Amino acid sequence: MQTYDLEANGLRGLNSTLQEQNGGTNKTAWEIVNAKGSHAIAVGLNSPIEVTVKGSTGYYCAGMNQQATVRVEGSVGPGVAENMMSGTVIVEGDASQYAGATGHGGLLVIKGNASSRCGISMKGIDIVVHGNIGHMCAFMAQAGNLVVLGDAGDALGDSCYEARFFVRGSVKSLGADCIEKEMRPEHIAILKDLLARAGADAKPEEFKRYGSARQLYNFDVDNAQAY
Amino acid sequence: MCGIVGLFLKDKSLEPKLGDMLTDMLITMTDRGPDSAGIAIYGSEMDGHTKLTVQSDVPEEAFDGLEGALAEALSTDVSIRVIDTHAVLDVPAGKAEEARSALAELRPGMRVMSAGDTIEIYKEVGLPEKVAERFDVRGMGGTHGIGHTRMATESAVTTEGAHPFSTGSDQCLVHNGSLSNHNSLRRKLRRDGVRIESQNDTEVGAAYLTWKMQNGATLGEALEGTLEDLDGFFNFVVGTKDGFGVVRDPIACKPAVMAETDQYVAFGSEYRALVNLPGIEDARVWEPEPATVYFWNH
Repeated sequence: MQTYDLEANGLRGLNSTLQEQNGGTNKTAWEIVNAKGSHAIAVGLNSPIEVTVKGSTGYYCAGMNQQATVRVEGSVGPGVAENMMSGTVIVEGDASQYAGATGHGGLLVIKGNASSRCGISMKGIDIVVHGNIGHMCAFMAQAGNLVVLGDAGDALGDSCYEARFFVRGSVKSLGADCIEKEMRPEHIAILKDLLARAGADAKPEEFKRYGSARQLYNFDVDNAQAY
Repeated sequence: MCGIVGLFLKDKSLEPKLGDMLTDMLITMTDRGPDSAGIAIYGSEMDGHTKLTVQSDVPEEAFDGLEGALAEALSTDVSIRVIDTHAVLDVPAGKAEEARSALAELRPGMRVMSAGDTIEIYKEVGLPEKVAERFDVRGMGGTHGIGHTRMATESAVTTEGAHPFSTGSDQCLVHNGSLSNHNSLRRKLRRDGVRIESQNDTEVGAAYLTWKMQNGATLGEALEGTLEDLDGFFNFVVGTKDGFGVVRDPIACKPAVMAETDQYVAFGSEYRALVNLPGIEDARVWEPEPATVYFWNH
């Protein structure tokens, strides 16, 4: 285990050190201490290393991640795992706005609550939130799965495309063109796998599925009010 | 961007350290707003006295002989405490309005930053660290305080455009965001007799709360009103003589994080601002909900 003191050695050094761990490194496990809410911790990683952040982070933690596993033992500020491509990001606490925004792949697990705009414009990422999510989550979501064990706020899935949303609790309101959909066996299978990988103690049958009604795909003047 | 910090103490033993804690929080938020900085601090009260905090761009000239001139104009004792470009004048409570009029005559270029039993406001253009040093904010004690680092979006980078804004006795407000209907609202409030001195959108937000409370609303009701009557983006943190309130607009795209322990309630635009507070590791930390009013009273 390599330990990096962020306060003593700085952010630029941290990210360049972690980004250098490509291929053949034997320094596969890293621990970052004195995070103190700093921004852009462990961004742009591109190797299967394991990074643990002790404490809470600020903006954009683990952004653009590929292959790495980043675990935050605290809460995260806005934009955690933004534009993630692959790998895993686990947040033990809460997440602020736009967690997992525009993510193309990989798994983001939030053990606490996520606030507004979680999964906004998601493009293939899987997001599992153990608690609740705020308003405008998965706005314009295109692909991937958003799983919420708690409740969802206003306008879930507004103007969404083919992403799937699974919510166990209540949904305050659905956004434009987002509807409840039938839970078929293939959805149960997807959800079962995601819950297991996210360490979530819940049964797939307890969830409802939501997704696009596909009415907004092409402009139709009869839908003008829904835009 | 802009950075907001606020600290409302429940534990009296922390009161002497209020300025010190606020200064650390303020400096941490420098990269959200390096244009200007300001704090409102609720300090000690002298029975039967009102504190007027005034500011001048030419302090030596403006404050020289002011104590005597104002005492003569009001026919009463007045005391003055000069701190850099600011001065705190102590006048008998019943004479506060008269003092304002007298000051306008005696020193026309001078600005009244705040008036009240306990509030003092210090704000200037420049880096938050420098501003805090100029006024020795670290040395100030009090029950609660609010600070702001500004990245100007509405109105010029001037002392007048810096936050906090105070438009009523012992009231102040800091803001992160931008209001879109401030011009029409400013005209309406001025017609109703509310004093608004700058072109800044935030001052209109402050004046709106003052106007609501003058018309009988509680702080909580006034904050609720902002959700109906103000258009735009806003995180407001407000102070009154014994209260501390927070409200975010319904879209809530401006960042905010709060922490509460048995000792204090704290607000920061980012969690970084809170990391040095005592017991923050075990505090309840949360992001205030959109269109939801939070407030605390002593």
